[in-house]
Order: sequence, then C-alpha cells, then structure tokens
Amino acid sequence: MNRLGTVREIRDAFRRGERSAVDVCTEALSCIAMRDPELHAFNTITGEQALARAAAIDSDRARWIDRPLAGVPVALKDNLCTRGVRTTASSRILEHFVPPFDATAVARLESAGAVIVGKTNCDEFAMGSSNENSAFGPARNPWAPDRIPGGSSGGSAVAVASGMTPLALGSDTGGSIRQPAALCGIVGLKPTYGRVSRYGLLAFASSLDQIGPLARTVEDVAIALTVIAGADPADATTAAEPVPDFSAGLSSHARGMRVGVPQTLVDQGVDGEVTAAYRAALDVLRDRGATLIDIDLPYAGAAIPVYYLIATAEASSNLARYDGVRYGFRDRGTDGDSTHRRDLDLKTMYARTRARGFGPEVKRRIMLGTYVLSAGYYDAYYLKAQQVRTLIRRDYERAFEQVEVVAMPTSPTPAFKIGERVSDPLQMYLADVFTVSANLAGLPAVSVPCGFTGNGLPIGLQLTGRTFEELTMLRIAHAYEQGK
Amino acid sequence: MPFEAVIGLEIHAQLQTASKIFCGCSTVFGAPPNTHVCPVCLGFPGALPVLNGAAVDFAVRAGLALGCRINDRSIFARKNYFYPDLPKGYQISQYELPLASQGALEYTVGDGIRRVGITRVHLEEDAGKSLHEGFSDSDRKTYVDFNRSGVPLIEIVTEPDLRSAPEAAAFFARLRAILVWLGVNDGNMEEGSLRCDANVSVRPAGSGAFGTKAEVKNLNSFRFLQKALEYEIDRQIELLREGGRVRQETRLFDAASGGTVSMRSKEEAHDYRYFPEPDLPPVVLDADRVDALRRAMPELPDARRRRFIEQHALPEYDAGHLTESRALADYFEQAVAAGGSPKMVSNWMMGELARALNDNGREISDAPVTAARLASLLQLIDRGTISGAMAKGVFEKMCASGRDAAEIVEAEGLSQIDDEAQILERITSVLSEHADAVAQFRAGKAAALGFLVGQVMKATAGKANPRRVNELLKRELGGGSPGT
Repeated sequence: MNRLGTVREIRDAFRRGERSAVDVCTEALSCIAMRDPELHAFNTITGEQALARAAAIDSDRARWIDRPLAGVPVALKDNLCTRGVRTTASSRILEHFVPPFDATAVARLESAGAVIVGKTNCDEFAMGSSNENSAFGPARNPWAPDRIPGGSSGGSAVAVASGMTPLALGSDTGGSIRQPAALCGIVGLKPTYGRVSRYGLLAFASSLDQIGPLARTVEDVAIALTVIAGADPADATTAAEPVPDFSAGLSSHARGMRVGVPQTLVDQGVDGEVTAAYRAALDVLRDRGATLIDIDLPYAGAAIPVYYLIATAEASSNLARYDGVRYGFRDRGTDGDSTHRRDLDLKTMYARTRARGFGPEVKRRIMLGTYVLSAGYYDAYYLKAQQVRTLIRRDYERAFEQVEVVAMPTSPTPAFKIGERVSDPLQMYLADVFTVSANLAGLPAVSVPCGFTGNGLPIGLQLTGRTFEELTMLRIAHAYEQGK
Repeated sequence: MPFEAVIGLEIHAQLQTASKIFCGCSTVFGAPPNTHVCPVCLGFPGALPVLNGAAVDFAVRAGLALGCRINDRSIFARKNYFYPDLPKGYQISQYELPLASQGALEYTVGDGIRRVGITRVHLEEDAGKSLHEGFSDSDRKTYVDFNRSGVPLIEIVTEPDLRSAPEAAAFFARLRAILVWLGVNDGNMEEGSLRCDANVSVRPAGSGAFGTKAEVKNLNSFRFLQKALEYEIDRQIELLREGGRVRQETRLFDAASGGTVSMRSKEEAHDYRYFPEPDLPPVVLDADRVDALRRAMPELPDARRRRFIEQHALPEYDAGHLTESRALADYFEQAVAAGGSPKMVSNWMMGELARALNDNGREISDAPVTAARLASLLQLIDRGTISGAMAKGVFEKMCASGRDAAEIVEAEGLSQIDDEAQILERITSVLSEHADAVAQFRAGKAAALGFLVGQVMKATAGKANPRRVNELLKRELGGGSPGT
C-alpha cells in the first residue's frame, strides 16, 4: 500500500531523477484501477490527461524541478472546479456539469507541479459525514470495506489511505476533511477561514467552508498548505496574512507548548476505545515536552445545533442557483396527456428539476435552512445561532490565552457500518460534535492518526490552533506523529 | 370629504461604472445578448463576487448629494427568490445596514424650498433581462439575456413626503437631474438605466395616519409616473368613497390602458429571507475616503443657480434654465470666463445657441460653437465692431464653418464703420442728395430722420455703426429735434 510513497518522497525522487512523473502517475493509476472498483473513491478518473500532463512535466524537467509538488499525483474532491473536467459534487443535478474554469486551489496545485488524476466521491454537495449521501453510491473504508470512510470528503480520504494518491484536497464545512481523515487513518487539515481561496469550491456554507489537504503525514499536508494558501483577488474573504513555509522547522519535540484539554466536553458520549486512544495521545504529547492544561469550553455543547442552523441557512441560498435554467440537470418532461402535451411551466420545471436533481439529505437541509431564514423565525433561529457562534469563538479566544492548541478526539466513534445510521439523521449529525466548533470559530484544525480500535479501525486526534497559526499547530502535530 | 395622497418613491439607478459590481464584465448597453457575461455574473458553481470599488464611490457621491449620512460600515445581504433572470437565486443587495441613510433632497419650487426625506441609499446588483417577446417561438418560450446581470445599481428610497402625482414627477425629475449632474447615472429611462416604483396611499386630508398602500411598478418615464399615480390615487379615493378598502398589494402600470392592475397581493408577497452575504466582507468607508469624495463633489444645481444669480446678476429664470444640466452651466461659465458679459451669454445660449442645437439635434456638450468662441463673438458686439444683427449672421457662419468670429468678420469685410470722418463723408453726400427730406425733417416730420439714417446705412452697405450714424446725423441737421 505504500509503494507510491509520500508527497515528500515522490518529489525528492523526481528531483534526483530517480522517478519520472510518468512512472509515478502510472503507478498511481494502476493502484486506482486495482482498488477503486471496490472502494469507489473516484467519481471521475482523468488517466489520459494525467499521463499527458506527467509527460509534459518530464519533458520540461528544468522548469518543474524546484516546484514543491513536482510530479505528485493528486486527487480532488468533486466539488472543486476543474476546467474541462466534469465536477458533480456527487449530485445528479450536476452529473454532466463541466466547469469553464479551475478553482484557485487547483490552479495553484498545478503550477506547483502536481498531476491531477481524478475527482473524488463525496457526500452530495459535501452534506454528510459518511459519504453515503453520494448520488453515485458510497465510498468504502479501505480498512474495512463494509464501513463508511467518513465524510463528506470520503473519497479523498480513501484515495490517500489506500495508496492511490499521496495527496488529496477536500473541503471542510463542519469536519468534512478531519473526520474522514481520522476514520481512514491519515492526516487531514482544515486551514483557518480565509487562509485558502474558496474560488471554484462549490459552496455549501460560505462562512464555514475551507479547502484543505489530506495526506499520510503532517509534513505532506504542510507542504500542500504552503502551495494552496494565500490571498486571492477572486475571493474577498481570503486574508492578506503572509504564508510561511509550513513544512519548514517541523521537529520531533513539543517543548514549551501548552496543550488544552477540554475534559468535560470529551467525557460525554465518546466510544471507550476512542477515549483510551485519546488519553494515550495526550501522554505522547507530554512525553514530547508539551504541558497539558485543563480548559473549559462552556458553549461548545451548543455547537451542533448552532452549526446546523447556520450551515443549512447558507446552503438553502447557495443551492438556489441549481434551478435547471443555465446549466446542470433540467427536467424536460411535459405536462398533460398524450394528445395534449405541453411544456412544463416555470414553477413546475423548477420543482421537478430540484425534486429529481437533489438527494434526500440535500433537500432536508435546504428545507431546514429555508425555514430558519423565514420571516418570523429568523430572529429565533438564525440570529440566535449567530450570537451563540460568537460565544463559541470567545470560548476559544479565552482558551488560547493559556494554550497553543486544544486537543480532542476528531470523531466520537470509529467508522460505523454502511447503512447503520442512514435512517437517523440526528445521530449522524452528532458525529460532528468535536469538529464543527473550528468552523464556527474560523480556526485551523488538524486530525492525525492516533491508533486503532481492537478490530483495526483507525482513530484520530484533533488539534485546533489559533487563527492563522497553522505553523505552531502543525509543529505540535508533527512532534506527536514522530513520538507515537 | 377631501382626500390627500401620500407617496414615497423607490428609484433604481444604474451606476456609470465601466465594469459590473462584482466582476470585470462590461456594463455597456446594447451588446448582443449574453456577450458581457462570465462565471460570476452567470452564477456558476464556485464563482464568487468581488466588490468593484468604483461602484462604492459612485454610491457615496449620490449619498452625499442627497444629504445622507454615509455609514462607515455597511453590509451586503442576500435577497432570495427564484426567477430565471436572477442567476444565483438571490440578489446581492443591502438590507439592515445600507451604505447611506437619513438624507433629504431640498430644492427650490417657485418661491419656496421643498424638502423630501431620503430614507436610504443602498448598493445592489441588477438582474438579467427576460425576453418574453420578439422571437418566433415566443408563444412558448422566454429567453434570458444576462448582459445586465451584475450591473451596479443604487436604490434610493424616499420618505412618504410627496402629496400629488405632479409633485412626485417633479421630484423625480429633480433627482434625475442631480444623478446625471453627478455623472452617477445616465438618466436614460428608455434603456432602463433609471427606474422608478411608487408606494401610494390616500387618507382624509389633514389626517396624521397613513392609509393602506399599494406599490406601483413599471413607471419608466415621467409621463408614466404621473399618469400611473393619478390613476392609482383616483382609484383608491373612489374605493374609499364607495365604502371599500384599499388592499395592500403590488400593482403594475399598464401603459396601453393608462391604468394599474393587480400583480400580487400581500399574501402572495415574497418572503425574501434576507441574511448577511457571507461571501463579501463589510464595506468599510474610512473618513478620509469619504472626505476625498466630498471634496471632489461638483457644485450641485441649486447652489449653482443661487450663485449665478448673486455672482453674475442673472435673473431667476435665466439661472434656473442654465443650471438644468451641468454641461449647460459649465458652458455658461466658460463663456463668461472667456470675457462674455453674463446676461448676453445667457441670452445667446437661450436664443441663438439653443436654436442651433435644436435644429441639428445636438447636445450642449457637442455644441457647434465653443463657449470661448461665443464669448469672442459677443465681445465684437460689445466693442462695436459688429452690430447685434450682424452677429446673428456671423454666428450662423460660425456654426456652419467652424471658423471663429473675428476670422469671418475679417474675411467678409463685415466690421462696422465707426470712424467719424468716414461716416460724415457719407452723411454729407446723403444730405445733399436728399434736400427734400432734410427740409421735411426741419419742418417737423420726425420720420424723415429714419429715412436719412437708412440712406446713410445703405451708402455704407450696412456696415456703419447705426448708433453713431444717428448721433452724427442729428448733429449735422442742427442738433435738436424737429421744430426747434
């Protein structure tokens, strides 16, 4: 499974002339060909284009040799726009949609020398925690193919965890990078809100969405973040913050670092094996020189309801554009009986297009969000949620006066079986309990593998950092990774 | 029981920026359908808005001209509704915190000052245009042109301060003149770059309470505005007189019938589900930027009118006319600065120049005679080089040839004979040739003098200064009047 190697290994081998981009790409594609039929990580595989691109890089080595991702195969979550390559968000409504432009993060990967091999499966419009909400069928966990890989960036996590690609991009609105990373035993990073341009990311909840990398090591996500981060004139919410080399200065100790432990929060509803792995991870951090400090996040308990009010409100508006008028699926049916056929009127066309184009979870969230924003309910739901969001942000600000990072389990449980929770959406929403706060507060957070359950399912440790201090957070994560 | 009308206006004015409010597409009117479009103004998945700073500057200028408070922080909001010409399923507008608020437009009407409160001025994007007719299959289909989608607009909302249809039309004309004067809007109602809706209610005269209002849409000319309001006021008064009630509803003006028809009732009104636009940061206007815009504001029509009266001693009527447009006022002041005497410049602008523009269908900005050239023509009259009557002919030649006045006078030998010796020479010969007329004059027949003047003028081919001819003739004939 490790034949392809890490981002760092591939790049260095390319630089030394030991491996060509075509060799690496061929290996990645053959691994995909071998494993994807079972795991369904990909919605679209762009093999021909990838090989042509790899060949172009090989034939112009001088130009690419110093680029940070020279010759590195990358998988992209299928909600990132790729010019000329269909981008579906795992939805029927965009099943044949081909964007006319590249997402900024995609363009930055390519100019860093990356070779895009395909678009990965995900929950429809990134709405879900299990990848079961894909219109094209679920991706499967490579550690136990009868189990979910997590979501919504499930396909990206599976691609990396199964060795199909060393790097993938996902998007994270409430844990959609970190939770599948944890459940698939890899590293997943959600950057600070505003760190990575959202231009070209199909919006789910604009004030929460961030693009981020999934890879096998902390160093690899750091390399990728350095490439995709930075202000973008096409996204007014990106920050002008300088972008350091996040992979420089990673070390194996965490001396002088203070790690916050929200004990009350993590005592509730967490699987016993997850708790044990979490405790063991805290011990490793202490061994590496970090100080553990008890902290209190009194409003964190409200994060789930707040998240599902704000995220659905924004989603109900963001998904209004999928109306069948300009692009994507349109119900072209007709009304009337066989002798009196007529074209659908506008309202019927809208209703049928959206009824047939969207899956049940997306419809559920659009309805919830529409309700939340409706006259008479706005103050009680949306406005109140925004107020509590501010309180959650303040919880973290207060905690960060004492600590550099906050440590929590990424997911309260390991990967569950496919189909186990589909009939209980609320139970599904609770899987996000530890991840949504970082999105609500705009903070960076990373999930790193921290062991396995007795039956071999991966468990993740989540570190949440201060705004725009990914560097410190990644150093601590790296020290942990080296010490476990 | 007498009734009075209560009217407030909502005016949408396209801003004259070169590019759209959230993307780089051109705002030029009249291009082939869907040629000034891009992923942003077509609402493609993943596209994001970026605010055009020039649109903000234009809106601030309008706000300042309308005496508004410019808010140092305003926010965009999404107004959600489905329509095929609204590509995102929401319009980006401003709702709770508009760019400018609490202003008033004051202007002179007859001897008094009229004051109409301005509730708010906010920024928003225009929608595309649905084309319901003009195609061979228009009975079955509607086409959409997105060239207009994303053109910047300001919406100006007035207080319900207007009391009659003519008053509303006069106010709207005044507002239009100011927007055009500022260069913020082109004032073109036919092309829809300036549009007006009205809220109308009636109440017993002298009552302090408001009646139920109807919103009347589609008032896209001064005539339509006035006609629609007259109709709507009569309709509401008649309803109340008959013991009925006015329904709160939106009505559409039908130009063909000259009446208004119900479009949707209050119950059918949209719930726009406004919420803050997460893709755009707040518009923060620091005091320096607003001050700079304030300093760069042109003198507004009313102030300039007053100054023309005081500084140039113009009559009210002239000053009012010359400040109807900025170009007219500029022309006047340029001509005065070039040495034209103010009242004479004014007379010529309202007389000969207006006629020349009218005859050729030209605007003042495109006048065939520049202000400086008009001034030098008028100076020739002042100095007595040519007579006023001659000047009219010279002016015509200036219009036709583009040559300046002195050149025409010189080339055509038109300059007036002012020299006493030359005129006396002609007088002497006229007196000797027309002894009978001289005798008649001396016998007390005043008309004989006119005949003699005419003969002298004839002898000089009309070039003698008539005033001088008169003077000298009288002197030669023995001073005093006939019979003395």
